[in-house]
Amino acid sequence: MSKMTLKTEGDTHVVVTRRFAAPPEAVYRAHTDPNLIQKWLLGPEGWTMPVCISEAKPGGRIRYEWTNGKGQGFYLTGEYLELEPYSRILHVERMHLPNPTPDNHVETRFDADGTGTLMTLRMTLPDVQTRAAMLATGMERGMEASYVRLEGMI
Amino acid sequence: MNDTRNLDAAFSALADPTRRAILARLAMGEATVNELVEPFEMTQPAISQHLKVLEDAGLIVRRVEGTRRPRRLAKAGIEAMDQWLAMLRNALEKNYDRLDNVLASMERHKKGRPQ
Repeated sequence: MSKMTLKTEGDTHVVVTRRFAAPPEAVYRAHTDPNLIQKWLLGPEGWTMPVCISEAKPGGRIRYEWTNGKGQGFYLTGEYLELEPYSRILHVERMHLPNPTPDNHVETRFDADGTGTLMTLRMTLPDVQTRAAMLATGMERGMEASYVRLEGMI
Repeated sequence: MNDTRNLDAAFSALADPTRRAILARLAMGEATVNELVEPFEMTQPAISQHLKVLEDAGLIVRRVEGTRRPRRLAKAGIEAMDQWLAMLRNALEKNYDRLDNVLASMERHKKGRPQ
């Protein structure tokens, strides 16, 4: 449906927005219920999330493990800090590649927008270099495909 | 540019996560070796070595300004960064397209089950 936007803001933020046809309650649940998260938070085609822990309460644990079924995988850990059903989630997360990346504080807002929802996800990284590194390493999994495309243009 | 040696150099330069992070940092503006030492918590020779690899690969260029030698992205480096950002954007878009389907099936579920 509507297009996603992704932009950097200031020195340390990355902001993503996206509209959904469902009401905030449903979008919020899809972001906190592990059985639902496992169905969509997968990244590129071919990846699955065999382990999904999401304890949606302040201090609750987050752990997502991904695999591409070919022996490659990585995981993310984090904690929920604040939850305001069904409008706002504040959590902290880090990727393990396998060394942990610096903490990424993520605020996700779900605002009613007509009959749907406008989601605004705001990441806060410790500093500008960490954000740069995250934007680069976040694309790690797509490197192979990226190389193939690069080949045509360098 | 039909130089395959250049292409190989670009690929091996991009294979290193620190060099990709340096490239991402330079995407936000030029920087000297000294300006990269602190944030990357690496020694000056280590940073210089990475910059040399990136430069030899044609991904960055240097400018002379008095005693300063600020580095910035070359055209190939900009294109490489654009590719990475496109990959990230693509992965997120795939996630949210899948989420659209999850939300639609949650809605059907609700409607099919009177409460």
